[in-house]
Amino acid sequence: MHIKYESFVREPLVDGSKDYHQISEDIVSPIERKPGRMWYVGFFFSLVLLLFGVFSVAWAVYWGLGTWGVNKTIGWGWDITNFVWWVGIGHAGTLISAILLLFRQGWRTGVNRAAEAMTIFAVMCAGQFPIFHMGRVWDGFFILPYPNTRGPLWPNLDSPLLWDVFAISTYFTVSLLFWYSGLIPDFALVRDRAKTKFRKMMYGFASFGWTGTAKNWQRQEALALVLAGLATPLVLSVHTIVSMDFATSVIPGWHTTIFPPYFVAGAVFSGFAMVNTLLVITRKILHLEEYITVGHLEAMNKVIVLTGSIVGIAYLTELFIAWYSGSWGEQAEFRWRIMGPYWWSYWAMMTCNVVSPQLFWVKKLRRNIPFTFVMSIVVNIGMWFERFVIIVTSLYRDWIPGSWAYYSPQWTEVGFYLGTFGLFFTCYFLFAKYFPVIAVSEIKFVLKTSGDNFKKKMEKIEQQSTEEFIHVVESHHEEEHEVHH
Amino acid sequence: MAIKKFAVGVYDDEEILFPAVKKIRHSGYKLHDVYTPFPVHGLDDALGYKSTDLHIAGFIYGLCGTSTAVGFISWIYCSDWPLNYGGKPHFALPAWIPITFELTVLFAAVGMVLTFCYLNQIMPGVKKHVFHPRQSDDKFVAVLEINSQVTEQEAIDFLKSTGTSETSIQIAEAGWWYGRFDQKEAYEALNP
Repeated sequence: MHIKYESFVREPLVDGSKDYHQISEDIVSPIERKPGRMWYVGFFFSLVLLLFGVFSVAWAVYWGLGTWGVNKTIGWGWDITNFVWWVGIGHAGTLISAILLLFRQGWRTGVNRAAEAMTIFAVMCAGQFPIFHMGRVWDGFFILPYPNTRGPLWPNLDSPLLWDVFAISTYFTVSLLFWYSGLIPDFALVRDRAKTKFRKMMYGFASFGWTGTAKNWQRQEALALVLAGLATPLVLSVHTIVSMDFATSVIPGWHTTIFPPYFVAGAVFSGFAMVNTLLVITRKILHLEEYITVGHLEAMNKVIVLTGSIVGIAYLTELFIAWYSGSWGEQAEFRWRIMGPYWWSYWAMMTCNVVSPQLFWVKKLRRNIPFTFVMSIVVNIGMWFERFVIIVTSLYRDWIPGSWAYYSPQWTEVGFYLGTFGLFFTCYFLFAKYFPVIAVSEIKFVLKTSGDNFKKKMEKIEQQSTEEFIHVVESHHEEEHEVHH
Repeated sequence: MAIKKFAVGVYDDEEILFPAVKKIRHSGYKLHDVYTPFPVHGLDDALGYKSTDLHIAGFIYGLCGTSTAVGFISWIYCSDWPLNYGGKPHFALPAWIPITFELTVLFAAVGMVLTFCYLNQIMPGVKKHVFHPRQSDDKFVAVLEINSQVTEQEAIDFLKSTGTSETSIQIAEAGWWYGRFDQKEAYEALNP
């Protein structure tokens, strides 16, 4: 019935000789086993980091934001840097699951589940920073437009900061729904395989009573397609709006029109790097090398070199425009970025984001797993410095030289940042243990077109002349025609 | 909701299922449903299902989001509490685009997922009878309803002629009910 035909020139998406049952075994059995020692070590280490983060935040909430290093000149420091960094990382998942679905990129099936989980956790981490940056966090709900006894006084709906509230909460909700609607059939699989009563009850609850009738699947596919269509502009809108937090302010270094595309490219860049960091480890520990193949990692490295180059061009464009604008403030700003007291952050950004990813033009390096892993971390260090450069080095020398200042983070800010790593990895470890980390039903769906053993059968067809091939396809069509009537 | 008797046919591959479904539709047996572990393209056509209108519902929800956003913001800024930001117009549509867009997407997505759950009758705590424990794994299951016009044996013999690897007779609830998947009492009472 699969008329869709893929040349064996394309790499298989599923290696090894698999059938449907073997796929279920491979992906679901880690849920049914006791986790290994590495899992416990990693999980408890993450939990400790999370608790340290909670302590650091509690300290800052109790004593006030004076315990942070931010001051009157540099009002945004590590907090907003980390916020933008995490939100950026949170772009890859929905890009992989939505945009690549619309572009019909088959390789997304192997990685979309884990990438989307990563997205959701990254957005959760990102959200903490603006919330606690409010200082009086117990008044945080003032940002919501609800009828209140203060007038009612509404928040400024024309402000990018409020757009951000809507953009990020919508992005989180839609990503979560998209992710979960794909998880329901896979939870049903875990439920039907379950041997213990407890597991049957929990996954029975989580699978919503899914049975997989033909109509169920028809609606499920329609839902996935429309959600992908909705999520695609949504992904682009989120980092666009984040960039407008800066671009609409009249501050040299921020007030530029290239910010939206430049931020989106940077977000995809760092997001894919984080996906690689996680998947290189996940595939190894859960023995999923046949589903998350070197080909998958290579595809993501290609996206990294593309988006890294876009980001590099954006940096150079900024420098050119600063010179070309003839504006003294703009020129001084960029001179100080490169040669001022924060020169190291600018050069760290340039090296990690622009120079080193160019090594991925070499195919051998793209397919080298240890190199991919190291590079994925280098990219995210670079992207952290990019946000630091944009935020801190645009603020520290403002229009009045008398108020120029320097900023270094205090332990509370560092602790907060480490705490979000704790939150992120705690969630990821739980996900890796209790969730099918690969979309089982989607892999089964592509098995007969892209599985290694099934592709081998195509070699015979591949040898045929065009005449013969067309004949085969036509007779196939006739068969289908009969079935329909 | 009703307790009914079913003849269950299990197939090993979707390529066996397709001609079987065709045969069942021609035979006049009452097909209860077909269960597959993943979306099998063309199966809805083979069963004679219409395409779903879920996307139209999504479009309508999206429009609700758009009008909610534009209506709410324009009411706030033009009527309830007009604010003067540097002499800019109260009705500042371009500045409302981001929130309008976000609410459109939010309403469409949430509405569609809820509609999806409603149409498929799925919800946390809902239970449905699973005819074969591997119907979500690697088996393709076609279920015939047994009524007064057919005997069990006829139905089973017919299913066997369509290429099943396994058949059974089961008495089960046809719809959904609140229950837990770890409890089997109701089904076991019906199928001693």
